[in-house]
Amino acid sequence: MTGADVVFGLLGIVCLAAALLVVTARNVIHAALWLVVCFGALAGCYLVLTAEFVAWVQVLIYIGAVVVLMLFGAMLTRAPIGRPQSLDSTNRPVAALAGVATAGVLVTLVVSAFKGAYVDVHHTQIGDGHVLGTAVFRYFVLAFEVASVLLLAALVGAIVLTRQGRD
Amino acid sequence: MSDWAWLLPTLPAAAAVIGLFAWRLIPGGPATPAILGTTASVVVAVGVLASAEHHPLQATSHTTSWTPTGTVSLHVGTRVDGLAAVVALMVAIVALAVQVYSTSYMAGDPRYASYAAEISLFTAAMLLVVVASDLFELLIGWEVMGLCSYLLVGHYWQTEGARAAAVKALITTRIGDTAFLFGIFALGLGAGSFDIGRVTAAAPMLPHATVVAGAVLLLGGVVGKSAQFPLHVWLPDAMAGPTPVSALIHAATMVAAGIYVVARVYPVFLAAPIALTVLGIIACITMLGAALAALAEDDLKRVLAWSTVSQLAYMAAGLAVRGWSAGIWHLLTHAAFKALLFLAAGSVLRTLGTNLMSEMGGLWRRMPVTFVTAVVGAAALAGVPPFAGAFSKDAVLAAAREHGGGLGDAVYVVGLVTVFVTGAYVTRLVVRTFLGSYRGDPAVRLHESPVVMTGPLVVLATFAVLLGAPVLPASYGVQRWLGTPAGTLALHVGVTGVLVTALTSIAAIALVAWLWARRPAADPIEVLGRAAVPLRRAFFVDEVYDTVVVRPVRALARATLGVDRHGIDATAVGSGRAAVLLGGGLRRLQTGNVQTYLSVLVAGVLIVVLSVSVAVAT
Amino acid sequence: MHLSIALVLSALLFGAGVYGVLVRRNAVALLMAVELMLNAANLDLIAFDAWFKDRLHAGQTFALFVVVIAAAEVGVGLAIVLALFRLRDSVSVDEATALADRDPVRRPVEQTR
Repeated sequence: MTGADVVFGLLGIVCLAAALLVVTARNVIHAALWLVVCFGALAGCYLVLTAEFVAWVQVLIYIGAVVVLMLFGAMLTRAPIGRPQSLDSTNRPVAALAGVATAGVLVTLVVSAFKGAYVDVHHTQIGDGHVLGTAVFRYFVLAFEVASVLLLAALVGAIVLTRQGRD
Repeated sequence: MSDWAWLLPTLPAAAAVIGLFAWRLIPGGPATPAILGTTASVVVAVGVLASAEHHPLQATSHTTSWTPTGTVSLHVGTRVDGLAAVVALMVAIVALAVQVYSTSYMAGDPRYASYAAEISLFTAAMLLVVVASDLFELLIGWEVMGLCSYLLVGHYWQTEGARAAAVKALITTRIGDTAFLFGIFALGLGAGSFDIGRVTAAAPMLPHATVVAGAVLLLGGVVGKSAQFPLHVWLPDAMAGPTPVSALIHAATMVAAGIYVVARVYPVFLAAPIALTVLGIIACITMLGAALAALAEDDLKRVLAWSTVSQLAYMAAGLAVRGWSAGIWHLLTHAAFKALLFLAAGSVLRTLGTNLMSEMGGLWRRMPVTFVTAVVGAAALAGVPPFAGAFSKDAVLAAAREHGGGLGDAVYVVGLVTVFVTGAYVTRLVVRTFLGSYRGDPAVRLHESPVVMTGPLVVLATFAVLLGAPVLPASYGVQRWLGTPAGTLALHVGVTGVLVTALTSIAAIALVAWLWARRPAADPIEVLGRAAVPLRRAFFVDEVYDTVVVRPVRALARATLGVDRHGIDATAVGSGRAAVLLGGGLRRLQTGNVQTYLSVLVAGVLIVVLSVSVAVAT
Repeated sequence: MHLSIALVLSALLFGAGVYGVLVRRNAVALLMAVELMLNAANLDLIAFDAWFKDRLHAGQTFALFVVVIAAAEVGVGLAIVLALFRLRDSVSVDEATALADRDPVRRPVEQTR
C-alpha cells in the first residue's frame, strides 16, 4: 500500500461519488456541476498515473469546454412552461440492473485478470508535453490528421444542424 | 380414288377454320366456305364410291405412321371399304342439305359464323370416324363430334335450357366414352396394334376375356353416343339446339356413329357373342320404351328425338342378331327420313315460333311442300311401303327370325310391337301438326318456307323414296356395296315379311286416325287417360337419375367446396393471420424509445460476455 | 501502485454511465452519462499505458484522441438536441418515438369468393 495507492484511492472515491450523483441528480444543472467534480477527480487520477499532459487536457477540454457546452445546452432547452418532468424515466429497475451487472462483470473480469499487476509510478517516463508531442507528431501523426478532419466535419455538421430558416 | 379418301375429313375441317377466322373477307359470308367444303366432300365421296373396282368394295387402307410410341404403334390413315364409302356419302349429303337449309333457317342469327364453322367441323369429325383406319384416329373424330355437339346444342346459350341440355349431353356421352376408351385399350393391346384391320383380323385369336371385355366396353360408348338405355336421357333435351343441328347430329350422323363403330369392328363382336346379346337386350328395351315415350310428347321435336332413339335401337337390334347389312341399311334409310322430318319440323317451327303440337294444326293448306315432304318422311318412318323404312325395318325383323333363339324371337316380337307404336305416334304427329284446324296464335302469319329450306326437304324426300323402292334392286344395291361379311346374315327381304310389317303399321295408323276423327281437337293420347303419365315422363328415368346421381354429386361438390373454403383456405388465410399476430407481438419491442433499445443491447452483451467467461473458466 | 484499483474504478465509472444512459429522460443528462463512459475508457487507456511502460505512449496518445472525439461528439450531439428542441419544444427522450413500429390500422381481412 503505497502513497500513490492511497491518493489514487481517495481521488477514486470522490470521482465515483460524483459520477453517481451525476446520474441521479434531479436537476440537470446540478448533474452538470457534479460532472465537473468527477472530471476534476479524474484529472487527479491521471496525474497519479504520470499522464501529466492528458490530465491538463482533461481539465481544459472536458471541464472547460464540454461541460460548459452541456450547460449551454441544458439552459437553452429548458421547457419554458409546465411542471418539470422527473429526470428519470420509468426504466429505473432495468437500468439499475444493467448498470450493476455491467459493473459487476467488468470488475470480476478485471480483478481476476490483473490481480497482482503493479504500476511502477516512480520509474516510468512522465507523460509531459514534450514526450506526448513527440509521440503524437512522430508516431501517430496520421491519426492526428484524421482527428482534425473529424473535428472539421463535426464543426460543419453542428452548424448545418442548427441553422434556421434560410436555405 | 380411295387414295383421295383423306380429303373427306380435311376439306370440311379446312372450311371450318377458314369460315371461323376469315369469313369477313369472303364474299357471301360464313355460308360460302361451309357449303363449298361440304359440296367438295360430297364430290369426293361420290368419287370414292364410283371408282371402286370390285363389288363389294374391299378394304383399302393407306396409313402413315405418326408417332411410333414404344411397343404399340399408332398409324394415321384411311380405310375405305363398302361400309365406309356408303356411310361417308350419306353423311356428306345430309350435311350439305343441312348447310343449305341453315342459310335460311339461321338467317339473322348473330352467331351464324361460328354455327356454320361448327357444323363443318362436325362433318369433318364424323367423316374422320367413318374413314379412320386406326382406333385412336376414330376416337379423335368421336370426341371432336362430342365437342361440336356440345357447342351446337348450346348454341342459344343465353337460355337456361340450352346450357343445361348441352352439359347433360356432354356428360352423359362422356360416361359412355370412358368405357369406349378402355374398350379400345383392351382390343388394341390385345391385338398388338390399334389399326382396325389388324384388330378385326386378330379378333378370333384373342383370348376370350380380352375380346369380351373390349366388346362390352365399346358398347358403353355406343350406348352413350347412340342414346340407348340407360344413357338415352340426353337426346330429347338436346332438342334445345337449333333444328338443323338436330337433323344432322341427332338424326343422321353422330348418333349413328355408335352403330357404325359396331359394324366397323364387327368381327370383334362376332368373337364375343355375349356382347351382341347385351346389345340386343338393350335395343329391345330402348326400342319399345322410346316409342311409347314418343307417343305422349307434346313437343314436336321431342317426339322426333324419342323416335330417333327408338330407330337407333332397331339398328342396334339388327346388328345384335347378325343382320349386319340389314342394320346398316336401316341406318341409311333412317338418315334420309329422319333428317327430312327434322328439317320439316324446323320449317314449321320457324313459321309458327312454337314447338308444341297443341298449338299447331291445319297447316297442310298453307305449307303444302312442307306437308307433303313431311308425310313422305312419316310414311317412311312408320314403315309403309313403298317408302324406304318399310323394307329396311323388315330386313331387321327378317334377320331376327332367321337368327332364331331367344334373342332373335325377342327382337322379332318387340320389333313388331314397336312397329305398331311407331305407326301410332307418327300418325299422331301428322294429324296434330298438319291436319284439322289451326289451334295456335291467330296473329302468326302462316306461310310456306323459302325455297332454300324446302329444296333440301324435297331432295331428302326423294332419297326416302328411292332407298326403299322396288325391293329387289334396292336390296341388290346395298348388297352390292356392302357385301356380306363372314358370320353375318345376308340381306333378305321377303314379301310376306314386308306385308306383315306393313299391315301392323297400317293398323296403327288406322287406329289413331279413327281416334282423331272422333274428336279432332283433342290429343289422341288422352284416350289412355292416367296411363299416359309414365309415358309423358319417359318412365321417370330422368327423375331416377336426378335422385341417384345428380343430387349426391352436387352434395359432394358442395362438401368439397366447404372443405376447400373452410379447411384449406382457412389454413392458408389462417397462417397469414397467425404470422400477422406473431409479428404484432414482436412489434411491441420496437417502442421507438432509444433507451429501450439500449437496455436490450446491454443485456445481450452482458449475457454473451458471461457465457463466454463461464465457458473459458470451466 | 496496484493496477487493479484503477481498473476497478474504471469499471465502476462505466457501470454508472450505463445506468445513466438507460435511465435519464433529458437528452442532455443522457449525454452526460455517455461522457462518463468515455472517461472510464480513458482511465483504462492511461492505466495500461503506465503499466506497460510504453515508450510510444500509445495509451496516452489515444486518450487524447478520445478526448478530441468526445468533444466533437458532444458538439454535434447538442446540435441535434437543439434541433429537436426547436421542433418539439421538449428534449424528453421518452417522447422521441417517431420510429416506433405501431399496430397498423385494422383493416377487415378480405374474404375470398
